[in-house]
Amino acid sequence: MVSEHIRFNVEASTLATRDGFGRALVELGEKDPRVVVLCSDVAESTRVADFKEKFPERYIELGVAEQNLVTVAAGFANYGKIPFVAAYAVFSPGRNWEQIRTTIAINNFPVKIAGAHAGVTVGPDGATHQALEDIAMMRVLPNMTIVSPCDEEEAYKATLAAASHEGPVYIRLSREVSPAITTEKTKFEIGKSVPLWTSEKPQVAIFTTGPMAHNALLAAKELEKDIAVSVINIHTIKPLDIDAVVAEAKRAGAVVTVEDHQIVGCLGSTIAEVLAQCCPTPMEFVGVHDSFGQSGTPKELIEHYGMGVSHIVAAVRKANGRRTSSVWKIFRN
Amino acid sequence: MTITDEKIKELEQKAAAIRKTIIEMLVAAGSGHTAGPLGMADIFAVFYFYILKHDPKKPAWEERDRLLLSNGHICPVQYAALAHVGYFPVEECMTLRKFGSRLQGHPERNRLPGIETTSGPLGCGLAQAAGYAYAARMDKKDFRVYCVMSDGEHDEGNTWESIMFAGNNKLQNLTAIVDRNKIQIDGTTEHVMPLEPLREKWESFNWNVIEVDGHNIQEFCDAVDEAKTFLDKPTVIIAHTIPGKGIKEIEGDYRWHGKVPTPEEGKRFLEELK
Repeated sequence: MVSEHIRFNVEASTLATRDGFGRALVELGEKDPRVVVLCSDVAESTRVADFKEKFPERYIELGVAEQNLVTVAAGFANYGKIPFVAAYAVFSPGRNWEQIRTTIAINNFPVKIAGAHAGVTVGPDGATHQALEDIAMMRVLPNMTIVSPCDEEEAYKATLAAASHEGPVYIRLSREVSPAITTEKTKFEIGKSVPLWTSEKPQVAIFTTGPMAHNALLAAKELEKDIAVSVINIHTIKPLDIDAVVAEAKRAGAVVTVEDHQIVGCLGSTIAEVLAQCCPTPMEFVGVHDSFGQSGTPKELIEHYGMGVSHIVAAVRKANGRRTSSVWKIFRN
Repeated sequence: MTITDEKIKELEQKAAAIRKTIIEMLVAAGSGHTAGPLGMADIFAVFYFYILKHDPKKPAWEERDRLLLSNGHICPVQYAALAHVGYFPVEECMTLRKFGSRLQGHPERNRLPGIETTSGPLGCGLAQAAGYAYAARMDKKDFRVYCVMSDGEHDEGNTWESIMFAGNNKLQNLTAIVDRNKIQIDGTTEHVMPLEPLREKWESFNWNVIEVDGHNIQEFCDAVDEAKTFLDKPTVIIAHTIPGKGIKEIEGDYRWHGKVPTPEEGKRFLEELK
């Protein structure tokens, strides 16, 4: 059943995670004079335009220069400001990764990097603008915290949390509107996973990140009378909520991960690394399998790249079948 | 402010001591860069013993002037200057590049007091200095931000992005110093990727440009003072230097960019510096 303070499939949403980011920035601007926003010519589409209008003296335009974006931000953080940098994820961290590594991660400066338009759900813009590698790139950087919110409300809370979090934070954002899952009452804490769907005796644990959570919930609903599952929202990829992941994997005995990202290096990899060490568990990975995207509607692309509800259902069935095989029974005891 | 002849003499002696330490530490390290640090010894001596408002006993003093080193590979000159001015014992320079040392092969901010940022990967220093200067100006701070950078790193796109940014934002509290020694790893700058006309390039990006002999202390101090008088532009001091300055065998030879003296050469060079 659906967890407390979680809803799904109730209303058509008109908001995307980027909207929550923009909403939080305005609030942060009012609360904390140290907060500044740096942007590379994409104020409207990254939703920092409201901050720009309200606090023009604290909005810094970089032009189309993502390498400069993060290095100038490092200078602001070095001085003592809390800079948020807004750009598209394919370019930031895609184009400026080494600058982030040297000037932000090694220095451990509190620069908050927002990577917008992530995932295939960017849609018609095509492969060049669909960041499917951003979390993998950021996850290998020491000192980096990574959040990947599932809806507007969670993105809002994640942005507020990022501002008061020590050190650098990467916030992954989507362009496409996505259904509201969390509510004002849903708790958010960096590094703490959120149960979205619970079963008394789950057979398969579904871990999901970003707006794909909604498809995971639809899959859980569809499987309700058939296979008991739990759905856990991993909004923080790093540091991973290891205790919760291991506990749920042990309880269920089989795992499915769901993400709009290459399956290499993001949520699935992170969980596989932990489970391989703590409790080897059969796993299925729903995500993009070593391919670039292409133009299309978000829905077409999600289906084409195997991240639709039916794909999650199939992955759960497969994982459940493996769970009951004799090889895995040995591990589970 | 006018610098006295006596002070100039004193600074020349400091530069000589810094050069000696550079040779000693590079020989001890067995790897690193020689020509760049020697060429910048005069400028670093002038900065740490005369120009900068700073306190070696309070490296985090909020009102200090900031000097960000962009081309981190010349850090031996900065380490030597920091040591001689009192940030840490000069003997510690001999730990350069060794396991557990605070003196990393390329400087790291969180390891050594006095280092304002981590650098080495080229082309990112000026952007950080510009961000720093912009933030300081927002808060009406009156300290200045200096960025020492190389000519070779003008090959990097990030360098030009930051030149454009600082010029556009009229960061008058920012002064860049370009070590125009005309060498990089594979040859002369004009052979690898020509930079000239460098002055005109900076000017066209809305910077105030001053060219000096980087070994003339009087000229350099005058340029730093002049930079403070420009209230609507950042200033770049293009300092013409001789790489390897002080050691005839090294002077002007790009092959000394990234190699260090053998112990025998070291002895000879130290004699030459006496």
